[in-house]
Formats: sequence, structure tokens, C-alpha cells
Amino acid sequence: MATAHSKSAARIMIAPAVFVLLVWMLIPLLMTLYFSFADYRPLRGTFDAWIGFDNYVRFLTSSSFMSALITTLWMVAGILSITIIGGVLLALLLDQPMYGQGFVRILVIAPFFVMPTVSALVWKNMFFNVDNGLFSYLFKGLGFQPYDFLSQSPLLSIIVIVAWQWLPFATLILLTAVQSLDSEQLEAAEMDGAPALSRFRFIILPHLSRAITVVILIQTIFLLSIFAEIFVTTNGAFGTRTLTYLVYQRVLESQNVGLGSAGGIIAVILANVIAIFLMRIVGKNLDN
Amino acid sequence: MGRIVLKGVRKAFGDVEVIPPLDLEIEDGEFVVFVGPSGCGKSTLLRLIAGLEDVSSGDIEIDERNVSTVSPAKRGLAMVFQSYALYPHMSVRKNIAFPLRMSKMDKAEQDKRIAHAASILNLTDYLERRPGQLSGGQRQRVAIGRAIVREPAAFLFDEPLSNLDAALRHGMRVEIGELHKDLATTMIYVTHDQIEAMTMADKIVVLRAGYIEQVGSPLELYHKPRNLFVAGFIGSPTMNLFEGATAAEHGAHTIGVRPEHLVPSKTEGLWKGRVGLSEHLGSDTFLHIHDTGLTETITVRAGGDIDLHHNDTVYLTPEADKIHRFDAQGLRIA
Repeated sequence: MATAHSKSAARIMIAPAVFVLLVWMLIPLLMTLYFSFADYRPLRGTFDAWIGFDNYVRFLTSSSFMSALITTLWMVAGILSITIIGGVLLALLLDQPMYGQGFVRILVIAPFFVMPTVSALVWKNMFFNVDNGLFSYLFKGLGFQPYDFLSQSPLLSIIVIVAWQWLPFATLILLTAVQSLDSEQLEAAEMDGAPALSRFRFIILPHLSRAITVVILIQTIFLLSIFAEIFVTTNGAFGTRTLTYLVYQRVLESQNVGLGSAGGIIAVILANVIAIFLMRIVGKNLDN
Repeated sequence: MGRIVLKGVRKAFGDVEVIPPLDLEIEDGEFVVFVGPSGCGKSTLLRLIAGLEDVSSGDIEIDERNVSTVSPAKRGLAMVFQSYALYPHMSVRKNIAFPLRMSKMDKAEQDKRIAHAASILNLTDYLERRPGQLSGGQRQRVAIGRAIVREPAAFLFDEPLSNLDAALRHGMRVEIGELHKDLATTMIYVTHDQIEAMTMADKIVVLRAGYIEQVGSPLELYHKPRNLFVAGFIGSPTMNLFEGATAAEHGAHTIGVRPEHLVPSKTEGLWKGRVGLSEHLGSDTFLHIHDTGLTETITVRAGGDIDLHHNDTVYLTPEADKIHRFDAQGLRIA
């Protein structure tokens, strides 16, 4: 990429990608922004192009906003903690030499290939179902009452479903990080008298910190927009209405495009605030 | 304090026997160098002593205590790795303190030992830096610092200088040598570089394919190599070996003459040849001589100002009492 010629060639070659990105991202964003300042309720035939910040005020002051925000944060935090802790443990396990390593690794990655809707339905009908679910059989077999996961602890159930989907991602990234650890460092720590737990605490965990940061960042961005899993399981009931789901309800169930768009823009701003916040916390980790 | 005895130590990975049963005694305070070509098992042997690998059979004793099944930490040894193996997220101070912290040593005593080690190794100004901000030589010193604060029974070095450039390597060689004189602790040093072996060792152990070919002081190995392998391995440039009629004249299957024990002359001598390449190093000149009818190339080490060049005719005479004789099995004839 040194000569002027290759630079301009590079620009021409990335131009289509930049163009597609612009069309795909910028136009919907601008349209949402436009609608968010409008009173737009298509079923009633109302369209008032400019009503100022009314939609924003209504969205932010409604009682459902705060509860949705808190639900979202709990959900993201729960999924993150399960995937990070589980991912680190699985990565350490998969790093051990064992028979059938390649096959086991593919099995571990498999959940990532399952579509969110499908995996949520499978969990709902095959695991959590009170009458026929595997967990019910297990509970009955052990002499307990079957537990209706989705209605009695719906938030936890959704966290489990989504964590199951994202565990492979965390495991994969953390596994490559574990593998990049210089084995001589572990041997040196062993010579220095560090038992296995101290080696994990002082050598492996600091080495993984950068990978953990990356996992947290990427997952947070994706998890803030969980939708399908909520849609096919609880439909947003029983305290599982996240911000994303609230926006959906405003637009499609209340048929209020303006209000929903304002919610969407608020969600975008919140996601950016969280991302910047995370970046600053972990910035130190990323630049050494 | 640091007497290490290996008794019939054997190591096999699956069916591959890397180290056949081997006996070796290392006296307290000795600087022992394991030297050999790559893949000769010298690093494995060091790791067996360190406890990073388990012996397949045999015993390792440190100060009369059998440690064959003792964990690495409890053997009282410290190791310096080829990659230095510093902990990248800890400052130099924390790196050096790590073994002390793991042994739950009193904080004041820790600080005292770190300060002492830092002053010996000229690291005092760098204690708060991270390893990534140090040069290769400084990292090496941190690794050594981490080893000496533990006051181990013996130090193990696994090719510690191989990642340094030539000038730094010479400096560190001198530093490690002086450190050994100051601490008077047993050191075991693995290298494939025979110059490091010759200059630093009290005792050299020459290994080939897991077998000990010879154990002795550097000069013993130089003057009395026990077999052809040691003769060819120790000394730079390597010894010239002659077989056939020339060797038979001396009653041997093979004779060896070191390059520095051949006297070149323009006018007369025992063997006649033609100069191929002459390498002028200033202090010395290495002559590569062809067409002698004895062996393909003979290397001669001559004075720095010798006036011999490409295609000159040259006569060579070996110094009579410096000829090494070997029998058909490659063993030295006394």
C-alpha cells in the first residue's frame, strides 16, 4: 500500500463495500431518526412530520421504559457472566490433550450454528415444557414437582437459552487465547512454586483479560438487541420485556411508528454509551 | 547445598527413548554445561532435573534427597528459560517478587531480596517497568533476578543466550560467569554453542542422542577428546580428520589435527595443497585448503598477517605431538 497508484486502487476496491454499508446502515438510521420526530400512526392515518421531542418524552417517561431498561441490563449481565465463566472453563478443558479433540471442539461450537428462533423453540418445547420437557422428566424421575421454567422464572430461562447460544463464541475466542499462552510461562510459575489455582489466577487469567474484553464488547453489542428468543418464548410477558422488545411492541402492536422510532434512537444512544463506557474501562487492557 | 546426582535416569516418550539410562554427578558449586547438537536430549535432561518432566525410571538426588517424584517447586531449583518466560502483565518488581510471594515470604524480606538482586543485575532503575518495555538483555537479567531471589540450591539455564545478538551474548556470558563466581551456587547450563560451553564451564557434559559422550573440564575435552564425536564437536574451526594411509602411518584408523596445529608454509612441508578461501579475521586467518589428496578440505588457522590467497600453493606440516589418534570404533588411542 505504498505507492499512490496502489492507494487509489485500494480506494476503488473498497468503494462498493463502503457504499453497501452506507445504504444498509445510514438510510435506515436516518429514516428512524426522521420518524422519531413525527406523529406517525399508519392505521389511524395520522402523519404529522414534526412534533418535536414529544415521542422521546413519552417513551422516556412511560413506566415500561425503566422496567425494560433494567430487564435488558439484567439479561445482558446474566448472559455475559454465564458465557464468560463457562467459556473460560470450557476453553481450559478443551485445551487439554484428549482423545477425539477435534470432534469435541466441533460439538462445542455447534450451538452457534443454530438459528436463535430454532434454538429458543427447541428449549421451550423439548427442555422447559412442563408436560413433555426433558427437565420435567428429570425432576419427576428424582421425585420433585415439575418446574414451569418459562412462567415461573422467565428471565432466567431466556438467559439460559441465549447463554447456550453464545457460549461457543466465548469458548472459541478464549480457547485461541489460552492456546497462545507461552507454556514456558506456566512452567516458570510452576518452578516458582505457584500451585494450579495461583497459576490460573496470576498467569492464565491476566493473559485472557484481553480476550475476555473482546468477548464482553462484542457480546454486549449483540445481546442488547435480543429479540427472537423473547418473541417465541414469553412474548415479552412476565418481566422479560427488554428495550428492543418494547420498541417492537410500540411499532407493531400499538402501531405507533413515531413512538417506536424514538425508542429505537434511545436504544441506539444507550448502546453507544455502554460501548464507550466499556471501551474506556477496558482500554487499558487493549493497548498493552 | 547443591549436589545433584543422577542414577540410571531414563526418559522415554512412548516408544521413543530420548535418554537411555544415564549416570551423572554434579558437585556443589560447579558450573556444568550440557552441550550437544540439537535434539541430543540436553534440554530434556535439564527438564528432568527441574521436575518439569517425569523420569521414566532412575533416581534424581539433590543433596542426598531423592526428588524423582517431588514437584518442581519443592526441589529448590530455579530455572531461566530460553524465552525468559517473564510474566508480561507484571512489572519487573512483581516478576522478581513472584516466587517470594508464592512462598508467602515476609514483605520486608521480599523487598530486601529484590533490592539486592536488582543492584547485582543493574535493574534498579527498571523495577517499575513492564517486560515489554525492556531490551532483550534486560529481560534476560530479570529472568535471572527472578531465579536468584529464591536462593535456590542450583540454577538451571536452558539456552538462555540464544535469543540475544552476538555482542550482547558475549556480555551476558561474562555476567553469568561472574554471577557464578559471586554466588558460588551450582549452575547447570544447556547450550548448543560450544564457545559458551568452553568459556563458562567448570565441567562440560557432551551429549549425543541422549548418551553422555564425555564429561570433563573444557581443556580436557579440547586436549583429550574421548572419541571422534567430541573431537569434531569441541573446537572452532572443527578438527581436520584424516583416514586411510595417512592415519595408518600413525598406527590409527583416523587421525585428527586441529586447524591451529597445522603450520602452513609457502615453500616446504609434509602435505601440498592449494588455498581455496582465506578468511582474514584480523587476529587470525582461516585457510581452506583443497587438492591435498588427503581429504576434501583442510582448515588451517594461521596468524592474522599471513600472505596467502586464493589459488596459492601451500605446504602444511602438523605439529607432531598434537595429533589425535582414533581406532576403527572412533575411540581415542591413548
